[in-house]
Amino acid sequence: MKTIYDCQKNEKVEVVKLHAPSDLKQRFISFGILKGATVEVLEFAPSKATIEIRVAKMTIALRSVEAKMIEVK
Amino acid sequence: MENEKVCPIIAKHIKVALVGQPNVGKSMLINSVANSHLHVGNFSGVTVDKTEILFDYKEYHFTVVDLPGTYAFTNYTIEERVTHEYLCAEDYDIIVNVVDSTNLEKNLQLTSELLTMSKKVVIALNMSDEAQKEGIEIDAEYMSELIGVPCVKVSAATKMGIEELIESVIKKYESSKNISKLVFSEAVEEEIQKIVSCLEKHKYKAQNDYRNIAINLLKNNKKTYTRIHDDPIWTELQPVLLEASKHIELHHDSDDIKEAFAEEFAAFNRGIVAEVVKKKEIQEQKSLTQKIDSILIHRVFGIPIFLFFMWTLFQLTFKFGELPMSYIDAFFGWFGEIVGATIQNDEIRSLIVDGIISGVGAVVLFVPNIIMLFIGIALLESTGYMSRVAFLLDGFFHKFGLHGQSFIPLVTGFGCSIPAYMSARILKNDRDRLLTLFIIGFMSCGARLPVYVLFAGAFFSPEMAGNVLFAIYLSGALLGLVFAKVLKLTAFKGVDEPFVMEMPKYRLPSFKLIWHTVLTKTMMYLKKAGTFIAGAAILVWFLSNYPKNYELEQNYAIQIEQTTDATQKSQLQNKLEFELLENSYLGKIGKFSEPLFTPLGLDWKMSVALQTGLAAKEVIVSTLGVLYSLGNTSEDDSLIGAIREQIPFASAVAFIVVIMIYLPCMAASVVFTREAGHIKYFFYLLAFTSVVAYVMAFIAYHIALLF
Repeated sequence: MKTIYDCQKNEKVEVVKLHAPSDLKQRFISFGILKGATVEVLEFAPSKATIEIRVAKMTIALRSVEAKMIEVK
Repeated sequence: MENEKVCPIIAKHIKVALVGQPNVGKSMLINSVANSHLHVGNFSGVTVDKTEILFDYKEYHFTVVDLPGTYAFTNYTIEERVTHEYLCAEDYDIIVNVVDSTNLEKNLQLTSELLTMSKKVVIALNMSDEAQKEGIEIDAEYMSELIGVPCVKVSAATKMGIEELIESVIKKYESSKNISKLVFSEAVEEEIQKIVSCLEKHKYKAQNDYRNIAINLLKNNKKTYTRIHDDPIWTELQPVLLEASKHIELHHDSDDIKEAFAEEFAAFNRGIVAEVVKKKEIQEQKSLTQKIDSILIHRVFGIPIFLFFMWTLFQLTFKFGELPMSYIDAFFGWFGEIVGATIQNDEIRSLIVDGIISGVGAVVLFVPNIIMLFIGIALLESTGYMSRVAFLLDGFFHKFGLHGQSFIPLVTGFGCSIPAYMSARILKNDRDRLLTLFIIGFMSCGARLPVYVLFAGAFFSPEMAGNVLFAIYLSGALLGLVFAKVLKLTAFKGVDEPFVMEMPKYRLPSFKLIWHTVLTKTMMYLKKAGTFIAGAAILVWFLSNYPKNYELEQNYAIQIEQTTDATQKSQLQNKLEFELLENSYLGKIGKFSEPLFTPLGLDWKMSVALQTGLAAKEVIVSTLGVLYSLGNTSEDDSLIGAIREQIPFASAVAFIVVIMIYLPCMAASVVFTREAGHIKYFFYLLAFTSVVAYVMAFIAYHIALLF
C-alpha cells in the first residue's frame, strides 16, 4: 500500500482510501482530503516528522503518522 | 430576546450568524461593515471570542454574530465547537456564509453542510478582487440559481459589494421560502425519499422539514436521533433507515456514512464549480506563498530563521517593554505616596497604599510586556507564519507529548508566565493547550532571577555564578520537558491528537486588525486579572500585617527614640519588623508549616519566604532581607553574607529547587485559571507543582548533603 508518507517531494498523487478512525477521517475530509482528491507533496520537515501537502489549492501540514493513513496511487 | 434589550426601538431586528472557514477574511468583512455603520461591542466567551456587532441599516436593526472560523461541522477544536453549537442551538434569523472566491471548491464543503440545515442562507463571495487578479471569474447570478440561495460578490479589502450584501440579507429575511437546491446522487436521493415518505405517512410533528430530518438521520446526527427515538414512529423508521444506510455505504464503497456524505457534498460542489467558475488559463507558476515557504520552512534554514525571529521578539518584548516599566513603577510609588498623605488612619492608609495600590501596580507593570508580546504574536499569526512554526518544530516537541506550537508559550515563560499562559491560546486543541499550560511554570520567569542571583552569589565564586544560573534555567526547562512526557503518559493520557492543519497563504498584516486584537486582549487582562489581584493583594497584606502587636511597636518606638546612633536605629527598626512578621498570621503559618519543610532542610524563615513568594517572586528577596534582620533588601552584600553564614548549602539547594518548580505567582495563577477554563485546573496545578517541588527538593537536599 502506497501512502503519502512514501511519496517523493513534488510528487502528485490521487487519494484512494483513508485508513483512519472516524474522527480523524472527518478531520481529513473537512480539509478536502477524500477519495478522488489530488494531493501534491511539497516539503518534508527534518527527519520526515511532518509533511507539507497541497490539496485543492490549500496547503496542509500533517504528521508522519497521519500521512501513513492516506492511501494514494 | 437578547437583541430587544440592545435596541429597544420598534423596528425589525435581523440577527445574522456570520460563518466561514478560517482565513476567508471574515473579520475583515465585519470590520468594513462596522466601519461604515459604527458601534462595535465585544462579548467574550471563556477562551474563544464571539463578537457581536450592532448596526442600523434603513429601518432594520442588525445584530451580527461573528462566529469562529470552522472547516466543517465537527467538534475538533474549540472554535468548531462554539460555531457548531451556536448554529444548532441558538436563535438567529439568517446565516451569512463567507467564502473565499479564490478557492471556492474547498469553501463550499462547509456551505453544503449549512444548506442541509433548513435555515435561510446568504453566501458572500469574498475576496472577489483577488480572484479577479488570479483570473478567476465567478458567475454569481448563475450560482444563486443553481444552489437556490443568494450569492453576492464582495471584497472586504476594497469594500466592494457590502451594500448589496446587506440588501440581499434583508431580501432573504423578508422572503418566506428557503429551499436550497442541494441535491445528492440518485442513490442517496432515493433513500432520502423513502425516509421522507415514511415520516409523511405518520404525519410526524417537527420544526424542521422532513428532508432535513431524513438527511440528519442518515448522517447519524445524535440530536435528531434522540428526538425521534422516543416517538412511536421509530419502530417503523428504524428498518428503513438501516436499509438506507447500507445502500449508501455500498454505493460509496465505504463503511463510514459520514465519509459517504462528504463524498456526496464534494461531488455536488465540483458540479457547481464546474458550472459557475471560469478560470482563464494562466501558466501555472509558483505562487508567492510557495516561494516564501521554500525559504521559511527550508529543511536546513527553517529553524535558524525561526530562532532569529523569536530572539527578535524577545528582545522587543523584554527590552522594549522594560522602558515604560520603570515609569509605571515610579508612578505607582508616587501615586501611593500622594494618596497615603491624604489618609489619616494608619491602618486604612496601609491597606490602600501597601495593599491595593502596590498590588494593582504589580499588575499594570506587566502591561508593556504583554502589549509587545501580543503585537508580536498577532503579527506571526496574521501573516500565516505561526503554522509554519508548528510544522518545523512538531517533530521535536511531539517526542515529549507537546505540540509544535507549544514552543512559543514555553519560551515566553522565561520572560514572564503571564503572557506565556495567554499565548498558549494559539494551541487550538484543548489537551495540547492544557498540557502546555501545566509545563509553562517550569520555565523560570524573570522575577525568579533575583533569587537565583542572590543564592548563586552566596555560594559560588563570581566566575561560577553565571554558569550556575544557566544550569538552573536549563535544568528547569529539561525538567519541564520530562514532566510533559510524564503528564502525557498519565493525566493527559490517550490517543495522540492528530496534527492536520492548514498552512494559510502569507498575507500582509492589517494594522487595524492587530490594533483591535491587541487592544481587546490587553483590556481583558487589565479588567479580569486586575480585580482578582487587587483582592489577593489585600489578603496577603492582611496576613503579613495582622494581628497588630501595639505593645511591641511601642516598646521599639521608645528604644528607637532613645538611641542617637543611626545604624543602631535601623537595626532596631529591622528587629521590630522581624518580630512583627514573626507574630503575624503569615509568620504563624510559617512556624506552623515548619515541620512540613524540615525534611527539605528549610527553617521557618525560608518557608515564610516561599509563602510570600506566592504573591510575587520578587517578594522572596525582600522577605529574606527582613527575616535575616538586614533591612535593606536585594543587592546588599551583607544579605549575601548572612545567607552564606546562616543557611546550609544543602538547604539552599532545596530552596532553589522549590522556587524553580512551585506555584507561579498569584497574578500568573489567576491568568492560568482563566486560560485553563476552570477553577479545578488551578487546584490540579497547585497539587502537581507542590508534589513535584517537594519531591524534587527532597531528592536535591539529600544529594547536596553528600557533598
